[in-house]
Amino acid sequence: MKRAPLLFLNVFIIAICGLIYELLAGTLSSYVLGDSVTQFSIIIGTYLFAMGVGSYLSRFVDKNIANRFVEVELAVAVVGGFSAPLLFLTFANLSYFAIVLYGIVFIIGMLVGLEIPLLMRILKDELDFKDLVSRVLAFDYIGALVASLLFPIFFVPRLGLNRTSLLFGMLNAAVAIWGTWLLEPLLKKHITLLRVKGAVIIILLAIAFIKSDKLTTLAEDSLYVDNIIYSKSSHYQRIIVTKGKTGYALFLNGNLQFSSFDEYRYHEALVHPVFSTFRGEPKRVLVLGGGDGLALREIEKYPSVEYIQLVDLDPDMTNVSNAVPALGELNHHSFHDPRVHVTNADAFVWLDTVESDPFDIVVIDFPDPNNFALGKLYTTRFYNLLKKKIRPDSAIVVQTTSPLMARMSFWCIAATLEAAGYDVKPYYTTVPSFGVWGYALASLSPFDAPSKVRDGIDTKFINAEMMPSMFEFPKDTSRPDEPVEVNRLDNQALVRYYESEWRRFEQ
Amino acid sequence: MPLSRRELLTLFLGAPFAFAACRDTSAKRLPEGEIVGQSANIGHILREGRTFEVPPTNWETKRVVIVGAGIAGLSAAWRLKGKGFDDVAIIELEKEPGGTSRSGVGKPVNYPWGAHYLPVPFAENADLVTLLDEMSLLEPRGPNGEIHAKEEFLCREPEERVFYKGRWYEGLYLNAGASQEDKRQFDAFYAEVNKWINFRDGKGRRAFVLPVEHCSDDADATALDKLTFADWLTQNGFDSERLRWYCDYACRDDYGLKLEETSAWAGLFYFCSRVKKSGDESQPFITVPEGNGQFVNHFVSKVGDKVRKNWMAVSIEPKESGVEITCLVDGTLRGIKAEKVIFAGPMFTAAYAIRGFRENPPFDASEFQHNAWFVANLHLNERPKVRFTSDFPLAWDNVLYESPSLGYVTATHQKGMDYGPTTLTYYYPMCAEQNARTTLFDYDRDQIAEVCLSDMERAHKDIRELATRLDVMRWGHAMISPRPNFIWSGVRQKAMQPYRNIHFAHTDLGGVALFEEAFYHGLRAADAIVQNNARS
Repeated sequence: MKRAPLLFLNVFIIAICGLIYELLAGTLSSYVLGDSVTQFSIIIGTYLFAMGVGSYLSRFVDKNIANRFVEVELAVAVVGGFSAPLLFLTFANLSYFAIVLYGIVFIIGMLVGLEIPLLMRILKDELDFKDLVSRVLAFDYIGALVASLLFPIFFVPRLGLNRTSLLFGMLNAAVAIWGTWLLEPLLKKHITLLRVKGAVIIILLAIAFIKSDKLTTLAEDSLYVDNIIYSKSSHYQRIIVTKGKTGYALFLNGNLQFSSFDEYRYHEALVHPVFSTFRGEPKRVLVLGGGDGLALREIEKYPSVEYIQLVDLDPDMTNVSNAVPALGELNHHSFHDPRVHVTNADAFVWLDTVESDPFDIVVIDFPDPNNFALGKLYTTRFYNLLKKKIRPDSAIVVQTTSPLMARMSFWCIAATLEAAGYDVKPYYTTVPSFGVWGYALASLSPFDAPSKVRDGIDTKFINAEMMPSMFEFPKDTSRPDEPVEVNRLDNQALVRYYESEWRRFEQ
Repeated sequence: MPLSRRELLTLFLGAPFAFAACRDTSAKRLPEGEIVGQSANIGHILREGRTFEVPPTNWETKRVVIVGAGIAGLSAAWRLKGKGFDDVAIIELEKEPGGTSRSGVGKPVNYPWGAHYLPVPFAENADLVTLLDEMSLLEPRGPNGEIHAKEEFLCREPEERVFYKGRWYEGLYLNAGASQEDKRQFDAFYAEVNKWINFRDGKGRRAFVLPVEHCSDDADATALDKLTFADWLTQNGFDSERLRWYCDYACRDDYGLKLEETSAWAGLFYFCSRVKKSGDESQPFITVPEGNGQFVNHFVSKVGDKVRKNWMAVSIEPKESGVEITCLVDGTLRGIKAEKVIFAGPMFTAAYAIRGFRENPPFDASEFQHNAWFVANLHLNERPKVRFTSDFPLAWDNVLYESPSLGYVTATHQKGMDYGPTTLTYYYPMCAEQNARTTLFDYDRDQIAEVCLSDMERAHKDIRELATRLDVMRWGHAMISPRPNFIWSGVRQKAMQPYRNIHFAHTDLGGVALFEEAFYHGLRAADAIVQNNARS
């Protein structure tokens, strides 16, 4: 009979699909839960164990073996095909993610484990046992090799995780339908029904494939170059974490907040100059914004610091490094430091209503002022409220957007701090994923620009050679000749500067 | 008179609203709440013209009695206290002082029940500047004596937005979709306004300035009072629909009158009186969550001990020397013999309360006409959902273009609270309704709440789910109506003259319902008594 070689091809494709699903699960779990060694190890173990369970269960299938075989293939197509989209949808609720993940891996493994013994039993009358075992297993392992090569080289870069998953689901279902012809003589009744089921599954997967943008992350896949591994609509904003070749990136409402590739440049430049500016031993530090915990990581390097108060609006933001363990690794689990005290509040309202002892150092790391609710956090009123939380010699640093892309905005923040009575020293550095990026040091008493990082502090970026140069502005970013408006609650000049300046770069 | 929901809405919002709102026939949710403030019945006792006999033991004496604890009465008491007059009583019909500047206390912030802002005064308005300094609302004077309010009290941007055809736009004037002709007319309108801002008469007086008493009485300016603002616009070739809407909104907002009902003088007053010189921005607004309740609270902190709440003056009888005031307090009659009275209630009530007024009227009290309003405070547990990310965000003042209401102000805005629970204060001047006052008092809380929610729902589909409470204030006689031939008819000048030992003080005397007017007339009446005392 001619059936056997074609059925081996069938085995080959089944093997590819099975391994693809396994790789998808392993990749997704290491993206989301971090620690790829552990994740891949557990996924592979679970998958192989589940295959064993499936193989064992195959002994209980006595009747209509060919029908069962096709049905199992269709089931793999459904569960495997939808596995990645389903896992993406469960990101938002991480407590269920592990359950869904291992559940899917186990079910796919079990079904795949059922397939091979059933197929061998179908073919046992047509081949020698010796031939049968050697060929089935050979094709199975060849399939595994092909899958493991194609997955990283072709499918993930070209199709992304969701479409890869859906495509293999369709392939799986197509093979099952093809099987109904190959096994036609052995199939007992319901052949048409099996074919209809297969067609319906292919159509559903195809729809999902076409709509996969919306299905997965509401069209965000197309916005982000890299794969989205965490997405959550919190009460205040949409938080997205992506994972790509250069590492992890975090977006708030579509705006990049950091990229793990170069965030150390941003955060070292944010934190170390202000520590060098403060003359005494800094003990109490206030962080406004900074819910990613990366500024905390730098602050925690200073042994004299006894108390760090962090105020960030969004509990989902201050929790993101728990939700995405890779980010916890990136910030060195900075929220677990006992010196850190987190308050989730709007910093403007917090400054206005909460009493507190004065702080030595204040690190202000808000998102860029692209709306009025953020714009108020850069007003004279805000900086005046801040005076209740500091002493004359306290040192403050503010992230002040790009002096190159948004020159007026940058100098508007500096002018606003000056109008509120601070001595101000603006500076900048280069953060490749952001561009030329700016900050402002401020204090109520006059101070000199710092020249080096404090002794004993380990950095990857800043050194004594370059720190003074951060305060020297080239022509295209220096203070404009035209007067710059002061940002006040009743004019929100900054939001208007910012909008008009950044709009130039929108498509 | 039970009305169906559709009849109710037709009456208020017009048929299109009613049909739109009734398409969904399922019962819609109403948040709990109540009518706040006094019922109209108490005030209407005055109209019955009864005679009242005070038991002899219930009489007391006071140097000055102020009738009415609105802004005018409280300002008068504040001034008298400053001049060393301590033997003063302020009697107030309602259970709280403040009149239409009253406010409510609540979470997350307090909220207004009426007037909710004050434009920063010119330096010339020295008395008002003194008050604002006393309240620590102002920065130290600028090098040339400029008045600047502290940043936290100046209305925070974004100040206004307007809802039109399903979207929110920045500002009050609808720029979106304006044609070249619309824009030309808008600029031409402001050219006219600027002409009037720069106007000075032979005595160097402005045409429009606060208080109205300082405005020029030059015939060129006062002739504007003889026609309606609508006619003035037409005569000047302004037919742009959105410009006329903008002017109509201004009239409804400041006077509770339609464009066709408002005096052109009053209409231009709105645009001219708060601008120092042509080309300048209008004076910025001072506001806090409780609105002008902050002024009431300040006055109460100074003279609150003199305020007698739930005291109703049923008879004010001028005598040979002094005045006898009969009050109804908790069903008993109490009398006060005063040397002087400051009558700081709406002017039309003078005819009912003051003995002998109607027999020999010093002025025609019926010329002082008022309109009806309702104000609703909606307490929300969350901000309304943003429908389009490109919509202009929630502002302080949020106006619905296609609505007879004035929209709503956001109480939490000034405090920088941009998330979570808030209170929205919804204003509805009843200038389009027939028999507005009767209609208003025939409606119960649920019916008024339904009007408010049906209107708000057009902009905020989720408003019913978000509202945890909706209280309503019915203002039967909310604001003086500056219809044509009122402000410059001469009646105000007559009413500013004392009637025997009774001095009148009320925003009615300015012809426009504004804090500055009430304050000015309160001080004017108090000063007259102080000077009179110095002479005698």
